[in-house]
Amino acid sequence: MFELSFIWAGIIAFAVLTYVILDGFDLGIGILFPTAKSERDKATMMNSIAPIWDGNETWLVMGGGGLFAVFPLAYAVIMPALYMPIILMLLALIFRGVAFEYRWRTERWKPVWDAAFFGGSIMAAFMQGIALGALVQGIKVADRAYAGGWWDWLTAFSILTGVAVVVGYALLGATWLILKTEGPLQNQMQRYAWWLAAGTLGFIGVVSIMTPFQDPIYFQRWFNLPGSILSVLMPGAVLAAAFSLFSGLSAGKDGQPFLSALSLFVLCFVGIGISFYPNIVPPGLTIAEAAAPDASLKFALVGTVVLVPLILVYTAYAYWVFRGKIDPEEGYH
Amino acid sequence: MFDTMTAETLARMQFAFTVSFHIIFPAFSIGLASYLAVLNGLWLKTRDETYLTLFNYWKKIFAVAFGMGVVSGIVMSYQFGTNWSVFSDKTGPVLGPLMAYEVLSAFFLEAGFLGIMLFGRERVGDKLHMFATAMVAFGTLMSATWILSVNSWMQTPAGYSMNELGQFVPEDWWQIVFNPSFPYRLVHMVLAAYLTTALVVGGVGGLHLLRNREDAPARRMFSMAMWMLVVVAPLQIFAGDAHGLNTLEHQPAKVMAMEGHYDSHPDGAPLILFGIPNPEEKRIDYAIEIPKLSSLILKHHWDAPLAGLDTIPDEDEPPVMIVFWSFRVMVGLGFAMLGLGAWSLWRRIKGKLYADRWLHRTAILMGPMGFVAVLAGWITTEVGRQPFTVYGLLRTSDSLAPVAAPAVAASLIAFIIVYFFIFGAGTFYLLRMMNKPAGTVRLGLRDAPVRAAGITPIQETHPDDAHGVKGD
Repeated sequence: MFELSFIWAGIIAFAVLTYVILDGFDLGIGILFPTAKSERDKATMMNSIAPIWDGNETWLVMGGGGLFAVFPLAYAVIMPALYMPIILMLLALIFRGVAFEYRWRTERWKPVWDAAFFGGSIMAAFMQGIALGALVQGIKVADRAYAGGWWDWLTAFSILTGVAVVVGYALLGATWLILKTEGPLQNQMQRYAWWLAAGTLGFIGVVSIMTPFQDPIYFQRWFNLPGSILSVLMPGAVLAAAFSLFSGLSAGKDGQPFLSALSLFVLCFVGIGISFYPNIVPPGLTIAEAAAPDASLKFALVGTVVLVPLILVYTAYAYWVFRGKIDPEEGYH
Repeated sequence: MFDTMTAETLARMQFAFTVSFHIIFPAFSIGLASYLAVLNGLWLKTRDETYLTLFNYWKKIFAVAFGMGVVSGIVMSYQFGTNWSVFSDKTGPVLGPLMAYEVLSAFFLEAGFLGIMLFGRERVGDKLHMFATAMVAFGTLMSATWILSVNSWMQTPAGYSMNELGQFVPEDWWQIVFNPSFPYRLVHMVLAAYLTTALVVGGVGGLHLLRNREDAPARRMFSMAMWMLVVVAPLQIFAGDAHGLNTLEHQPAKVMAMEGHYDSHPDGAPLILFGIPNPEEKRIDYAIEIPKLSSLILKHHWDAPLAGLDTIPDEDEPPVMIVFWSFRVMVGLGFAMLGLGAWSLWRRIKGKLYADRWLHRTAILMGPMGFVAVLAGWITTEVGRQPFTVYGLLRTSDSLAPVAAPAVAASLIAFIIVYFFIFGAGTFYLLRMMNKPAGTVRLGLRDAPVRAAGITPIQETHPDDAHGVKGD
């Protein structure tokens, strides 16, 4: 019998993963925005995500709200521990979020909102990466509260993961644009995707090698059974995804690079999950300890099993409605 | 100025600042989403172009306001943890699931269908587009329902017990969701959102009528907004009164502060219209009061005794000065809205609705007053709940996150700068759009459309048009 808290850990992980891959590609487009060679390319890039970015970002609220709902203790220690990166991420998301509307409402200040779109996107991605690195390194908890200082999150490792996430999101953005555009813009993104893919794989390698040294427990999980089976399988799966990505790029495929890049993210996410389990906040707070009482978990679960599939259906429908190559002339502005 | 303050004061300022900015946008978008659904429905039913023109006009304004609401709302969902982590740990088991339901049943719904509502009419056809528009409106109302349930539980907690870790744990979800103040607060807030939107629409209609009395969309929106005031303003005063009686039952100290009753009145309390609270001496200076009227309003009897703040321990007293004034601002504006509605009804009967320039000017003046009233109302209820986060059970000072004061000061300054910059610019764009008449092609854009050489996009000639019928 599965524990309710275990099911919920899975749901929260799913929400965070969904957030990472969905907002990942639209933050990636923000990161690539300054490379647009014309106003027409800018419009294409932005319009390719204008109808969906808001839904993508809702998964972030789901991650935060869900954590509050079912793992209040984890929420209560992670947020103060990552105070600065979280606040900076939120501020950055404000800048890039309003740019979607503001840049179409002014001519004189358009460069300002373009800069806000780029700066906000790259900053949000960087802070998410830093938050991830700080979490992997572990959070000091004493007496049901965060017990560290307000700069603990800033380390060489967290900066490394920050840069890794920026590069990874840019890869997602580039492959999304390969899927959604044609002509010179698509060619440009195909060129970038090569370099970004190489960079992403490099960072995956470096972070994977460094992670076991952040905490001996990670080492044990990966190099003892059953974890060691995955230690053998994971690099193979990553290589397969990388091969699919590069061959898709070589063959000039529209969708294959994007899907391959997504699968790279999924694999990394699974890897992080394996490193953490059974903790929700390393090094010492377990899923079971952080969970709300069963009454809360049950009540929230009833709605979740009904509503999340429904959400996935209408989200998929919204993507379907706006499928196909982007026509830069379309839009409601 | 921030370096001498405690982390608690700074965190309270930050929450007050960010939530005050945030509430402005939902207060507008809840009403506007419903208005858009009505406009689109009327367009589909009557095929009267004026409705389509108005839909397309307000849709673009909605998109900007909604975007600002989304980004300022994400901040709120994380701030419980960043700044009020002890509160989060203790109330999470009860309040967390309600917030999760808000995300699942409201935020996703709004976000999922917003794109189709804004961009998708040509792609999905009229019926599905109408469905999407209705879903966005429904989502805003669902959102209001859940978050007001959360807030109301903090005001009038019910259906919980405490566990050995000091957490509130759920016992009865029905009692938690439908806690004693929730129905009153929900009705009061949704009506407030509708009034706020009606005042904005009325103000914009009034502006364009001043410029051109024959402007058909301006006439239509002005008329619709004024009808809304006629119906909703009296309902709101009634709902507010009922909410006040509910507050008297469950949070008497808040009502004492609102009324300025420092002293108990064993044989009929006066209604203090105006005066200056003097917290040191615990009295209202220069009070203008009507004897016994407060007892009549709150207890429905002239001589009914009413307890004052002298019955409340000092450490449990809310800040009287703020609550006393914000309450008066809200009530005063409520009656001004009623007055505007009544005036418009009289001019309508006389056939002068579109001709009375003073009515139009007043409507412009009242345009932003819904926001002021909403803020004043929220200040009344939230400051009136102090010094508790969960009324009577969890003190604000015991809810705080262990974040150092300099970190909070830095984030507060960053929020202030960013919010004034971002939302200042957004408000400017909103006002600039509203300043243009409905039917303006490429509203708010001063540049020419992006276009490939030699191709004239259909939007150029028929912006937002579904069927090639001449739209604007």
